[in-house]
Amino acid sequence: MGNPMKIRAAVKDGVTEVKILMQHNMETGLRKEADGKLVPAWYITDVTAQHQGRTVLEAQLGISISKNPYLVFGFKGGAAGEKITVSWVDNTGDKRSDVAEITA
Amino acid sequence: MNTSNVKKIILVLALATSYAAVAGEVSDSDKIAQYREMISDGNPADFDEMRGEELWKTASGPKNATLQQCDLGKGAGVVKGAYAELPRYFKDTQKVQDLESRLLTCMTTLQGIPEEEITARPFSSDTKQSDISSLATYVVGQSKNVKMNVLVKNPKEKEAYEIGKRMFSYRAGPYDFACSTCHATSHVRIRMQDLPNFFDKKDAQSAYTSWPAYRVSQGLTRSFQWRLNDCYRQQRFPEPKFASEATIALTMFLAVSANGADYAGPGLKR
Repeated sequence: MGNPMKIRAAVKDGVTEVKILMQHNMETGLRKEADGKLVPAWYITDVTAQHQGRTVLEAQLGISISKNPYLVFGFKGGAAGEKITVSWVDNTGDKRSDVAEITA
Repeated sequence: MNTSNVKKIILVLALATSYAAVAGEVSDSDKIAQYREMISDGNPADFDEMRGEELWKTASGPKNATLQQCDLGKGAGVVKGAYAELPRYFKDTQKVQDLESRLLTCMTTLQGIPEEEITARPFSSDTKQSDISSLATYVVGQSKNVKMNVLVKNPKEKEAYEIGKRMFSYRAGPYDFACSTCHATSHVRIRMQDLPNFFDKKDAQSAYTSWPAYRVSQGLTRSFQWRLNDCYRQQRFPEPKFASEATIALTMFLAVSANGADYAGPGLKR
């Protein structure tokens, strides 16, 4: 199980802006250690965000994304107090899911 | 060519210049500032702060103690605002100490961890995070928006300040370099990086208060001791000893030059 994410969601004028900071090494699989051995690929492949059971974001990440990815998106709707759930899956099958409350 | 034609050409030229000035290239440092603003809400240093807080509150070491009784200068266990007054003179050790040397004292005395064990990993690496570095990130985060107020009152504090000031301009090494070679002139840069002039109050304040910081290019949060260590590496000096008197003296000089500004770290660097 991966490390916790930091999620902030705020609604303004009917649009909820969600900011997600993920903790992940995002290894490309192309980098070599000092001993010449390849560092195995290890990166988030899919990110999903759900608001009250409705999927509001589906993203496919890859090796071009930096370590500790930061993702910001907006969606129509959402009200203060409602929950937003963000989940990711990485190429090793590891998963992480965190919940945040929408603020006004 | 008649006069009206000449006038037209001048008008066109004038328009062209003003257009260029308006559309003018956004300078590299402005672009970096834009980028910083974009990601300022998502500073991964937060994770290091969380890690540090956990370490602070978790009992460990041979004495199985937490660091919650650690005196950072504002009394045992007071973390809030402590960093904004460091380095300072400590009676118990009879030394001027910066944050990391003070953490070292607390970890050895309260937790009983041997000093060599801590200084063996003073900085984080790709594969392993440094505990003392994470602890430092946590402590500095508790001084966010606190006004820098580093005093130079005690004779030892005065001595450290004077040594630090001299070290800043001390030229040596194979490149005959000093800190002041790069940091005593305004509006100069190395590649994309604007270099702060430490003799300029504003520059010194914004530079000092933005460290420790998360380095995007390294994917790690870096402490102030690391910053000095890397400055000396770039100057081709011998590697300074972690939390040594010399690094504390230099930190003293730099911290005092930032007095009056609100501490803004942990920062975010390219």
